[in-house]
Amino acid sequence: MTLVEDTRAAERLGSVSSGNALEMRGVTKMFGALAAIADVTLTVRSGERRAVLGSNGAGKTTLFNCVTGDFLPTSGTIRLFGEDVTRFPAYERIRRGLRRTYQISLLFNGLTVADNVYLACRGVSRGRFSFLRPRENDALLTRADELIEAVHLTEWRDTAVANLSYGQQRQLEIALALAGAPRVILFDEPAAGLSPTERSELVAILNGLPGHIGYIIIEHDMDVALRVAESVTMMHNGRIFKEGTPEEIENDQEVQELYLGDGHD
Amino acid sequence: MALVEEQEIASKPIGIERVPTVWWVLGILLLTMPAWANDFFLFQVMGWTFILGMIALSLMFLAGYGGMVSLIQMSVAAMGGYMVAIFGNSGMAEISMGLPWWLCLPIAIVVAAIFGTIVGALAVRTEGIYTIMITLAIAAAFFYFTRQNYTIFNGYSGFNLVVPPMLFGVDWRQPMPFYYLTLGCAVICYWAVVYVSRAPFGLALQGVRDNPRRMAALGFNVTAHRVAAYTFASVIAAIGGILLVWQNAQIAPGTAGIPAVIDILVIAVVGGISRPIGPFIGALIYVLLRTFSPDVLLAFGMSGERFKLLIGLGFLAVVFFSPDGVLGLWDRWRARQARRRDPLIGDEE
Repeated sequence: MTLVEDTRAAERLGSVSSGNALEMRGVTKMFGALAAIADVTLTVRSGERRAVLGSNGAGKTTLFNCVTGDFLPTSGTIRLFGEDVTRFPAYERIRRGLRRTYQISLLFNGLTVADNVYLACRGVSRGRFSFLRPRENDALLTRADELIEAVHLTEWRDTAVANLSYGQQRQLEIALALAGAPRVILFDEPAAGLSPTERSELVAILNGLPGHIGYIIIEHDMDVALRVAESVTMMHNGRIFKEGTPEEIENDQEVQELYLGDGHD
Repeated sequence: MALVEEQEIASKPIGIERVPTVWWVLGILLLTMPAWANDFFLFQVMGWTFILGMIALSLMFLAGYGGMVSLIQMSVAAMGGYMVAIFGNSGMAEISMGLPWWLCLPIAIVVAAIFGTIVGALAVRTEGIYTIMITLAIAAAFFYFTRQNYTIFNGYSGFNLVVPPMLFGVDWRQPMPFYYLTLGCAVICYWAVVYVSRAPFGLALQGVRDNPRRMAALGFNVTAHRVAAYTFASVIAAIGGILLVWQNAQIAPGTAGIPAVIDILVIAVVGGISRPIGPFIGALIYVLLRTFSPDVLLAFGMSGERFKLLIGLGFLAVVFFSPDGVLGLWDRWRARQARRRDPLIGDEE
């Protein structure tokens, strides 16, 4: 499977299923008496690029964890491409085209860059339990190398992840999320801790993604968020506070008081 | 936990000319051993080393690559041994079914693998110390069950006269044939673990060890992967168990008693669980201590029964000076040697 075939397969899949990549209805996640997210209803169209903004503790990462299945929601339903996945384990959702990156890099530190990406490619294809080593010309190995190149890590292909710089680890996170045929990706603060140069590189990578791949991005850096998103959801105290285009959100009085200005503690 | 880092980088596809000298020396030493070692050494010391090494190797696979410390491996091995006695021939003609070897060996391995898989399915839902506890509890239950059950396991006395089949006109319990039999099995198991560690299954298992949550987020069914690791390890343990029964010509509940269960853990830890060779080093040290420490103790005027004291002290010393076992000592020594070499003219390997 080449990159092009992957893309075509994903486009075909995208066209047969409903137009919505993700539908959340009344999703609530309680931790004891605390509602980390409360009654969240959110729809993301296939191919849509959305930013989720909000202060710390607004429930953005919990929202992601509910979508990927790291947590089961206390109530509400989650649909991926029209299919109810509320009770599905994480790996079943991933196999349906969902991907995510983590706020703090979650990588396999003992393995090389190539092994990390190869595992990601293997996870969404058959042969996860294969006892046979891949051959030199294995299609997935080629695919892994393409992904490594896409995130500019070819030079570090055989380096153990533990020896990569922070920015390189963030790039590798993105390569893992692009493995297989992703249809909607959740990026959890991909720009956190990156230098200005690395940030513009990230923006380039995100804007360069094929059109059928939608994503939701949590980002504190408004500059990055508003350059890569076509719609914005503001969260506050676990609830959806406002939705709109980047311009609407930027110019909204309430939002400015709450988030963009220095008004919040 | 980056235990296997070095091996990963070193184990790229290698040609025969890149096999390190130490492996050549070891290979020739092992192959020619019957020419210069006596029967006792071949059968008791080396045979036993290979067998315990295989059983400890199954633990190394789970602990080193999977991050799961299982104390059930000796019980799984004993299950394999019991099945050979029950389905094949033994002195207990009322229980043993007398099936031919080519039937009872696969049955024994499959039954032991099923047993190990079921234990694994229970154990993988727990982490760390709880995995140790649950597998230890099942190992204890297995010991008491075999001791009290007379209809299948023949209780306290177990089975005697369990011997390997006469194949190609060779008595495989003679020292030299048995030596080569255990050596062959050990080499195959060792190679299988090394090979699988770089196959998708083994790589994914190491991913599960380092980061289960991320593996699930890459599309892997983490639980299924861990259970499958138990199945694979059980097959290796079962082969070791069958050879162990053949060596002793008998099996009884004590074969998988709590001390034996702990011994496997000690062997794996002393040798080192970062690479598959570790358990075999640990097994050799254990067997040498076990075999010769009574003589040493007697020479110092102490009771020969205190050999466990020496093993215990040895274990303490290794864990104290090198938490990653003898392999860790070796690696550090190599690193120091490499540093001493001139970086411009010293070779890199």
